[in-house]
Amino acid sequence: MKFGVLVFPGSNCEHDAYHLIGKVLHHPVEFIWHQSRDLKGCEAIIVPGGFSYGDYLRTGAIARFSPVMESVKNFASQGGLVLGICNGFQILLETGLLKGAMLRNRRLKYVCRHVSIRIDNVKTSFTHLAQFGDVLSVPIGHMEGNYIIPSDELEELEKRNQIVFRYCATNGKITESSNPNGALSNIAGICNFQGNVLGMMPHPERASESLLGSRDGLVIFQSIIESRPLKP
Amino acid sequence: MAKELPITETLLSRHNLTKDEYDRILLILGRVPNLTELGIFSVMWSEHCSYKSSRVHLKRLPTEGPFVLQGPGENAGIIDIGDGYAVAFKIESHNHPSFVEPYQGAATGVGGILRDIFTMGARPIAAMNSLRFGSLTNPKNRQIMEGVVAGIAGYGNCFGVPTIGGEVNFGDCYSQNPLVNAFALGIFKKDQIFYGKASGIGNPVIYVGSKTGRDGIHGATMASAEFDEGSEAKRPNVQVGDPFLEKLLLEACLEAMKTGAVVGIQDMGAAGLTCSTCEMGGRASTGIEIDLYKVPQREEGMSSYEIMLSESQERMLLVAEKGREEDIFRIFRKWEIDAVTIGKVTNDGVLRILDRGETVAEIPNRALTDDAPIYKRPIAMPSRIPERIESTDIDPLYQDWGELLEHFLASPDLASKEWIYYQYDHMVRTNTIQKPGADAAVIRIKNTEKALAMTLDGNGRYCENSPRRGAQLAVAESCRNLVCSGARPMAATNCLNFGNPEKPEIMWQFSEVIDGLAEACRAMGTPITGGNVSFYNETLGEGIYPTPVIGMVGLIEPLTKIRSSWFVNEGNQLVLLGPIVGISGDYSNALRSSLKHLTFRERIPADLYTSWVKNLPCPPIDLAIESRVQKTCLEGIDDGVIISAHDCSDGGLAVAVAEMAFSTSKGPSLGVSISLPESLDVGECLFGEYPSRILVTVDRQRVSDLMAIADFQNVEVTLLGEVFGDKLLIKQGKSVVLERSINSLKKAWTNCLEELFDVSV
Repeated sequence: MKFGVLVFPGSNCEHDAYHLIGKVLHHPVEFIWHQSRDLKGCEAIIVPGGFSYGDYLRTGAIARFSPVMESVKNFASQGGLVLGICNGFQILLETGLLKGAMLRNRRLKYVCRHVSIRIDNVKTSFTHLAQFGDVLSVPIGHMEGNYIIPSDELEELEKRNQIVFRYCATNGKITESSNPNGALSNIAGICNFQGNVLGMMPHPERASESLLGSRDGLVIFQSIIESRPLKP
Repeated sequence: MAKELPITETLLSRHNLTKDEYDRILLILGRVPNLTELGIFSVMWSEHCSYKSSRVHLKRLPTEGPFVLQGPGENAGIIDIGDGYAVAFKIESHNHPSFVEPYQGAATGVGGILRDIFTMGARPIAAMNSLRFGSLTNPKNRQIMEGVVAGIAGYGNCFGVPTIGGEVNFGDCYSQNPLVNAFALGIFKKDQIFYGKASGIGNPVIYVGSKTGRDGIHGATMASAEFDEGSEAKRPNVQVGDPFLEKLLLEACLEAMKTGAVVGIQDMGAAGLTCSTCEMGGRASTGIEIDLYKVPQREEGMSSYEIMLSESQERMLLVAEKGREEDIFRIFRKWEIDAVTIGKVTNDGVLRILDRGETVAEIPNRALTDDAPIYKRPIAMPSRIPERIESTDIDPLYQDWGELLEHFLASPDLASKEWIYYQYDHMVRTNTIQKPGADAAVIRIKNTEKALAMTLDGNGRYCENSPRRGAQLAVAESCRNLVCSGARPMAATNCLNFGNPEKPEIMWQFSEVIDGLAEACRAMGTPITGGNVSFYNETLGEGIYPTPVIGMVGLIEPLTKIRSSWFVNEGNQLVLLGPIVGISGDYSNALRSSLKHLTFRERIPADLYTSWVKNLPCPPIDLAIESRVQKTCLEGIDDGVIISAHDCSDGGLAVAVAEMAFSTSKGPSLGVSISLPESLDVGECLFGEYPSRILVTVDRQRVSDLMAIADFQNVEVTLLGEVFGDKLLIKQGKSVVLERSINSLKKAWTNCLEELFDVSV
């Protein structure tokens, strides 16, 4: 499967995703510059982490206007797979591909550490190889990961099974103390209704080699590779 | 020439220039300088840029070795790590700005050191920092620390470099003089190194990056004087960082270098445009002519003086091959960064500054660089020779060794630094193997079977008592930290933080520290490839401890030799390599040396504590023993005997053992059961800070193999106990000396900083 990794001014996790796909998983991968409208025939798009445009306005608020995002929107509407990680998730929220918004972390500080997340939906193209309720150890690294959404929309997310990952204790229990940023309902990652666009704050690409301490994130990329993208 | 201004004494003193220095300027120019020229001389001849007080001493440091590709004098030192790769690294201080404006001071410190690395063509892949603050019981110090940590995080995280380690210590002398030393390391192919040289007569001089503003004018001069009451009003002298722009600058510069059109490049750090132009010309023995009219400016109406002295951040100067300018401009346009030809390389060795074609300054490059004043300042040993106090029995103060240990672990010096490093992105670039909190930070080198280990170490308190020995201890410890991770130490960078060099006692400290560093670096085989000197860390005459900070870099090969510092398996044996209570000498107060860490010392009478700290003895070190202990550890790792290893220093044996129990990344903590040799004093044994000791864990069946290696190296070995259960249990003979659950100790250790910052504020 051919992957495309978007590059915005200020992206800084694009090399990490590129390395993982190309060097660890041995699949074709290309960088796609933010001013390009050509997705180069990629079958899955990764919107990487970082500080697009320095996060100087709202996170992701400027990147959403990039020409490449128009193409990504079209691609998604045709069932193409789009994975937004960290700043990439924030960009997908601003673009409107996913619902909700981010506040500054509850403790108002950047936080980088390993957290546990539970998989609450295994019927997506990103998680179908995992078991329901699996707990992954993956790192987070962000200042704005405190997810919010109006309560009626939250209800809808839940009803439609769009909450894919929740912060949890190592035993899988959803607790207040395992929530690193104050996100509503411990939400760490959500997908769209169709299940082909996923946004998550944790970094699975940082947890995909045993040398780096965890391979728990691999299941997400393997799921993508073995998925049959929804046909438009 | 611009209109000449009367040079008064006030004007000279505002520029930190002495009468003698002014006379020298007159001699060089053969005329009276104008204000712009005076400004240029003042920043280039400032302590910060010229190293005028330190240069004669720095020459005594060993700077050459088999791996060294570039020693001191360039933007950063470079070593060869094999497989066609090289790494550039350096440490630099940003102490003065961080006191005046903690967030921006620290942030631009990080920005500056990152530019030093990528200006050579290397992509930064690791950052670390060494910090010193006053006691955290004072809210002002908490405020400074909070700002500094946020500044480091804000810059490094956005730029996309992992901040993977460092050290933080506390002491009252740092209250008005916090230290912020930033380290960065970058990687490149050995044949793609760029230097700050303006070669090729007629080649264009190109300005790239941020526009020039009025910020940071005279920053270098500020860093070359003591602080007084008015210092906090110097905020306008501090620059403001833009990490986003720096990230773009990085990508654009690396891309531009690939075109082959870049001849030389240097960042604009301290003394901005002035320093980069005259240094690039100086190194190539050429001249540079620029027209300030062409310099991108943020504000209108800036004078030539202001443009030349501005320290606006995120700017670079590069010299390109004539005719290939467009190759470079195209790349900077893509990254939406200014790139403008502002002048050319000339053959007359002169720095010539024009404003719309009219000459506003004209100074020989060499006068500003190699021929800057050098001082052999007077040296005098301080009259106060630390008085030796006879062993004060502290046992009555602490009947309970477990409680004392808990106090140690919950003191800011020794407590977990999670509160700090969770704010740093320490994983971006997916190379981080050993995270902050380990003995050394370890990153893998992609496309090789190698990893790099790095550490920062300093010990101001020891250096206060014995600068020479303290410096040796710092070098020894930094190497030991690397060795514990499985690395062979290769080379070092240093940041030398001192008080006012015009005081003979301070110069004595400096000279002693240089000798100590030189001796230890020779003994350990680790040349110094560069660094930075920061003098004038004084406020109202109160100076800091002499605080040399060593940044040591080592190589691990292959990756299977990487070792962590914590307990791995139950049943493993805990063994101490090296002399358990130090080497014989005049060191009867070892126990007391640890007590310096007890920042919360409610149980120790204040005057007693003060006298302990003031008279803190510095343990002796035998560099030959140190080196043999380290060899034993490396051989034990090479042979696969040693499972994990941890440096046993700050806080002594008990603290080190507890740390080995805490640091497990996953799964439950493991305890240990230890039996102390009967002949030894318990306090000395548990809390004495002795160098040359490494704690290792070994499979039971392989203890004899380790003994054989140690025997061969003639290294003392003590079998201490076994990894077991969930308690720290220490016995001597039949009596239990200390018994504490690992969880309760860990709680005290983990919560210290968080409670100080998040609860008490």
